[in-house]
Amino acid sequence: MTEFFAMGGYAAYVWPAYALAVFILGGFAINAVTRYRAAARELDLLQARRPGASR
Amino acid sequence: MHRFANPARFMRVSGVVLPWLAGATIVLLAIGLFLGFRAPADYQQGETVKIMFIHVPSAMMAMFGYSSLALASAMALIWRHPLAEIAAQQTAPLGAGFTAICLVTGSLWGEPMWGTWWVWDARLTSVLVLFFLYLGYIALVHAFDDPTRGSRASSVLALVGAVNVPIIHWSVVWWNSLHQGSSVLSMDGLKMGWSIRIPVLVMALAFTLLFTLLLVIRMRAALLERKIRALRVLEAEAVPSDYSFAAPEASA
Repeated sequence: MTEFFAMGGYAAYVWPAYALAVFILGGFAINAVTRYRAAARELDLLQARRPGASR
Repeated sequence: MHRFANPARFMRVSGVVLPWLAGATIVLLAIGLFLGFRAPADYQQGETVKIMFIHVPSAMMAMFGYSSLALASAMALIWRHPLAEIAAQQTAPLGAGFTAICLVTGSLWGEPMWGTWWVWDARLTSVLVLFFLYLGYIALVHAFDDPTRGSRASSVLALVGAVNVPIIHWSVVWWNSLHQGSSVLSMDGLKMGWSIRIPVLVMALAFTLLFTLLLVIRMRAALLERKIRALRVLEAEAVPSDYSFAAPEASA
């Protein structure tokens, strides 16, 4: 296991590369989902205020 | 393409496809990473080849993203279709993100293998220009008070910048570059062993699905936001029923 994390002496290059990818892509995923949910919630509220309006 | 260009239909179809797309993305990412970390170290580059499993797929996504951006911008300019415009505007930040990953992972790979974080050679510089094109596009979208003008101007920039895509692709052929030539998609089996090539290809497919997945969710969110804005305008324009603009004539 230690050997795996050592990456043959290149741990300082390999792991930051993966960390950055996880950070940026994970950030995109969280942002996309929260943004969609917030918009869906707000739209529901707006439409509830408009009687007779259909989605 | 036009069949999916209707926003309501896009919401319906994408809603059905989304869970499957998300599942396939996660499975492929898991397989790709598993195969990648099991792959043997390179006899010259050691374990730094592990960087390739994200560097090469993100480079592909940087190029794929810009091609999609240019295509969607062309469709937005020609047919003035709102869905094409939304697709372009939601693609750009993703493309910029993948380009940033490509640049930084390349740098992290360059330092131990080339002995330098960065060189101003054709491949690296043209990819940096790609990154700035994405940023310029994003800035231009929001640079006007009138969103239609921002959309037009940024679409034109996206199309003009498309000239950079073939330049990036052939930069390693046209100029002397520190960067190696294409090997992953090369038909020559000697250029890259299959133990490494298969994980790269799986990761490339996984990144393509991830890009599509993120884009679809972002487009869905943008469509809802557009609808919210339209409803807010309607609300603001709605006049209370006990208020009359006709008062002067009525009293005359």
